[in-house]
Parts: sequence; structure tokens; C-alpha cells
Amino acid sequence: MGTLTYNFKRVYVWEIPVRLFHWITVLSITILIITGFIIADPPAISSGTEAVFSYWFGYVRAIHMITAYILIAVVIVRVYWAFAGNQFANWRNYIPYTKKGFKNMLYVLKVDIFLMRDKEHKLSNISIGHNYVASFSYFIMFLVFVFQAITGLALMSATSSWWFPKMFHWVVPLLGGEIAVRYFHHIFIWIFLAFIVIHVYLVFYHDYVEARGEASAMISGFKFIRSERIKESEKEIIEKTKKQMWEGDQPGKEN
Amino acid sequence: MEKTLQKEETYYENIRKKGYSRRDFLRFVTYMAAFMGLETSMVGQVVKALETKKRIPVIWDHFQECTGCSESFIRSNHPLVADLILDKISLDYTDTLMAASGFPAEEAKKQSIKENYGKYILVVEGAIPTKDNGVYCSIAGMSALDVLKADAAGAAAILSFGSCSSWGGIQAASPNPTGAVPVNALIKDKPVIRVPGCPPISEVMVGVVMHYVTFGTLPALDSMGRPKQFYGKRVHDTCYRRAYFDAGLFAESFDSYEAKQGYCLYKLGCRGPLTYNACASMKWNNGVSYPIESGNPCIGCSDNHFWDNDPFTKRVENVPGLGIESTANTIGKIVLGAAIGGTVAHAVAANFAKKKDIRSRSKKGKVNEKDIKE
Repeated sequence: MGTLTYNFKRVYVWEIPVRLFHWITVLSITILIITGFIIADPPAISSGTEAVFSYWFGYVRAIHMITAYILIAVVIVRVYWAFAGNQFANWRNYIPYTKKGFKNMLYVLKVDIFLMRDKEHKLSNISIGHNYVASFSYFIMFLVFVFQAITGLALMSATSSWWFPKMFHWVVPLLGGEIAVRYFHHIFIWIFLAFIVIHVYLVFYHDYVEARGEASAMISGFKFIRSERIKESEKEIIEKTKKQMWEGDQPGKEN
Repeated sequence: MEKTLQKEETYYENIRKKGYSRRDFLRFVTYMAAFMGLETSMVGQVVKALETKKRIPVIWDHFQECTGCSESFIRSNHPLVADLILDKISLDYTDTLMAASGFPAEEAKKQSIKENYGKYILVVEGAIPTKDNGVYCSIAGMSALDVLKADAAGAAAILSFGSCSSWGGIQAASPNPTGAVPVNALIKDKPVIRVPGCPPISEVMVGVVMHYVTFGTLPALDSMGRPKQFYGKRVHDTCYRRAYFDAGLFAESFDSYEAKQGYCLYKLGCRGPLTYNACASMKWNNGVSYPIESGNPCIGCSDNHFWDNDPFTKRVENVPGLGIESTANTIGKIVLGAAIGGTVAHAVAANFAKKKDIRSRSKKGKVNEKDIKE
């Protein structure tokens, strides 16, 4: 027998809708970025054939718009899930309005971002779902996404016959013409690109430093949590039972 | 005396008097009806309106402008277009083209406004400076600001003719030293129809006036206050090079083989996909051509702030206040580079700062590895 090692319990953190949302978003954002950059600056192709025989740029634009609609749809489902899903998917995680949230933010900034030493080693500081810095960054990205969706739909509104994109036509005069809308729609994509780099890195960082299944959780849905953090650890069950027996309760009746 | 007689005439009577045949008249009406987006069955209604209805007086004010709009107007496709408005039929005042000048001209305007109060159409060409009480433009001793307010008071509708009176134009371009503003920034209680363009297409103005004569109402406007039938489509939507766009065939420089072949000018900064105008369907100079057909990308002259969206021959615009070469992509690349650099630095630092944690975990893990039961 060697040194004492911790026991870990498997916690179901990311439900299927959350995981599906994540991977559909990954795929669609990738497609949107690639097609978006092609639309912004298409490669020059010199072709001997007549223009009528080719439609590739039209397809690129079609893919961009169809993917955008898919992304909008999954985000709407995800917003619904923020009210219907489990505690880790709940909207309350994403806006740090509680004292607990601010405290956790401060802790994460200190320990994970500025790499200061964690002197207390408090179990409660270890996040099970998102930590509050991460979830707040997702909330910001949600707002950026909303901006991108609205400006994108506004660019489509004038030539679209559907009421949905038409609904956003007011954005064009608000931002000062379609050139400005296109410009904002273009520059905001760099926020996504920077976010992707930081997000993927921090997932790797947490997985590497904490080794609790941070990366695989988005595939399996599970994370590994120290058993002391879970109420039903053996020690706690024994203590609970003892307490109940002293108080004269019948342990069999309680679950 | 002669002036009052003219005022009693209908459009048709005056056209006939000018020497045009009925055939010319019908051709003109059919042409305009098609341009206004009316059905063929509506042509009769337009004919009847022009035959029976009295003319609508027009007063044309010139403020901060280059007279390019007037120039465009008198060179319209159909000779009747200009004649209808210009040749003393309707136009009671335009300081550029009217025979009278000075005091008599201003008197004529005052008289016309008085006689037709609430009925005339006011055309405004040019932006209105507002800085320092509007001293930067004055006509007949009055500032443009006061002239506009006085003339707009009795107008049935106001037509902002050209980009300057519609958006502010070149004088409103950054840094806008005279505080130039478009008409609808000052006049809120009258319908203001924007007919932007630098210059705009003259048929549009006649189309609006004819619509008003025929139906007694103003044409349907889009969210920017432009007549839908003329500004409902982008230059891109009716562009004859659209097939090249969809096929992804683009010219990359003006002297290239592709440019000669008539490839899409999108990569040369064409604003066609963002510009609402009828250039591609109406064309200019008696239907000869329009900028894209002549090999030059659309510069979006009927768009708001188009002077500030330079360079005209590039797709990417400069970020204001950050120097000429800092485009959106340059800034984006810097942000992305900083993110990548930051994460790499963080990764290296994390290996040092969390050395203890990482080591202790790997030690414990190794112990467990050795204790695996068979």
C-alpha cells in the first residue's frame, strides 16, 4: 500500500442537450468563420468557362446563411435549456450576481488566471460545472453571438421575403448604413476567434492541472469530483445514520 | 399675365403647347409608368391624371451643393422628363436655372409660396450647415437654415434631391466642419422623401411628382425614407455582372485580363451589394451605361456616409482614428495574436506555478498504478 489517494465520484454535469449544443455550435461556428472569410475576401479564380456554368460563390453564401439559421435555432434551444436543464446548465451560472459568484470569480482569477498559490485548498472552491469566470465569458459570447445574428439578419433583411430577417431591418439605419453593418459583422468575428483560442487552451489547462476530466466531460457528460464533495460518501452516511439513531428515528424510512 | 395663364394649364395642355405630339406624350407616360413600377393597366390612369389635373408647383432650393443634381436632372433620359418639371411648367423657383435673378427671383418665390401655400413641393438640393447659426451658407441675405424653415412651412412634401440633402453628403463627411445636416434632421413635421445619389437619377424625381399627381399620395417609402419603387433593390440585384459574382469570378486589378472580360468587381471594392439604387436597371446618359458597366466599381454614392467609407476600390475599410493602414483585419490579427501569445505564456507559467500540484498528482497516480489488482 502506498500513499493516501483521493476517491473520486462521477457526476453527471453536461446533459445531452448541452453536449449537442456545444458540438453543433463548434461545427457551425467553424463553417461560419470559414465561409465568412471567403465571402469577405473571395479567392480570385480565373475560369475559361462562362459564368453561368458555375455557382460556387452562391453556394458559399447559401451555406453561410443556412448554417447561421442552424446556429440561431440551437442557441434558442439552449436558452430554453437554461431554464429546463440541470443546475449546471441553469442561467444563474452565467451571470455572477451572487456573492458566491463574485467570490468564485475572484478565486478563479487568482488561482487559474494569475497562477497564484491556492493556500486554503477549500473543497468548495473547486467548480463542478463551469467556474464563474468561464460561464461569464460564455454569457459575453452569447451577447456577441446575438449581435452577430442581428447584424447578419439585418444584412439579409432587404433582399429577404421572410418576416424573420425582415424583423431586424431597423439595425441598418441604427448603425449608419449597410456598409457599417457589414463592417461590424466582420470585425466581431475576431472576438470569436480569440475566444476559441482562449477557451480551448483553458479546457486543456484545467484538464492538465486538475485531471478531473474537463475535456472529456463534453463528450461523456461526466466530471470527476472528490468524494468528500458529495453528500453520500461512506463516512457521511455512517454519521447521518448514527445521528438519526441517536435521535430515535427509523433509518429505514428515510432515503 | 402670361404667368397666371400658364398656371391654369394641365400638364398635357402644356406639353402639347411645347410642341410634343400626343404620341410623344403617351410614350413618355408609358415609360414613366414602367419606371414607377406600375402595371400596364395603370397607364390610362396616369394619362388621365396628366390630362386633367392642374400642375403642382415646385420650388427648388439650393444649399451646400455642387449643382451636380441639377446637371443630372437636365440631362435626363427622356426630354419630357426635364421639360415637365423645368420648362416653366412647374418650377417656380430654382436660383440656378431661372431667368430672373436677385431681388425679382426671390420675390417670385415668395409670391409662389403665398399663392400655393400648403400645395407646392419643395425640392432641396444640398446639405444645410448648422454650426455657428448656419453662417456657412446663405442666400439672399438669409442663412440656409432660415430659408429651409421658411420654405418648408408651406410645402405639401419635401424632396431631398441628392445625397447631400438626404444624408449630408461631402460637407457632412468627417470632420464635418460646418455642421452640415440633411433635411430630415431639421424638418420633422413634413413628409421628407429622400432621393439620394451623387447625383440621383432624374426620373426618380419626376416619378415621385407624377405619383403625387396621379394618386394624390406620396409613393411608398422604405425604412430610410426612400421611394420603394426606385430604391427597393440593390445595384447588385439587377447588375448584369451578377452571374460572375455567384460564379465566384472576380477581377483583382483594373488592368487584368479578368477586368477586361467583365468579371465581377466585388474585390475591387464594389459597393453594389450594399447600395440601394436603380442605376443597373435605369442606367445613365440615355441608357448608355452605368459605372459598373463602364468598368468601375460602384462607390455607393447613394449610401449614407459614403465619403467616409474610403478607399473606394478596396473591400476593407479603415478603422476611424487608427491610421490609414489599420483595417479591421489588422486589428483582428493583433487580437488573435495576443490571445495565442497569452495562452502560450500562460501554459509555460502554469507548468512552473502548479508544479507542486501536478507532481503530487502524478506521484499519487503512479502509486495507484502499481497497486492495481490482478
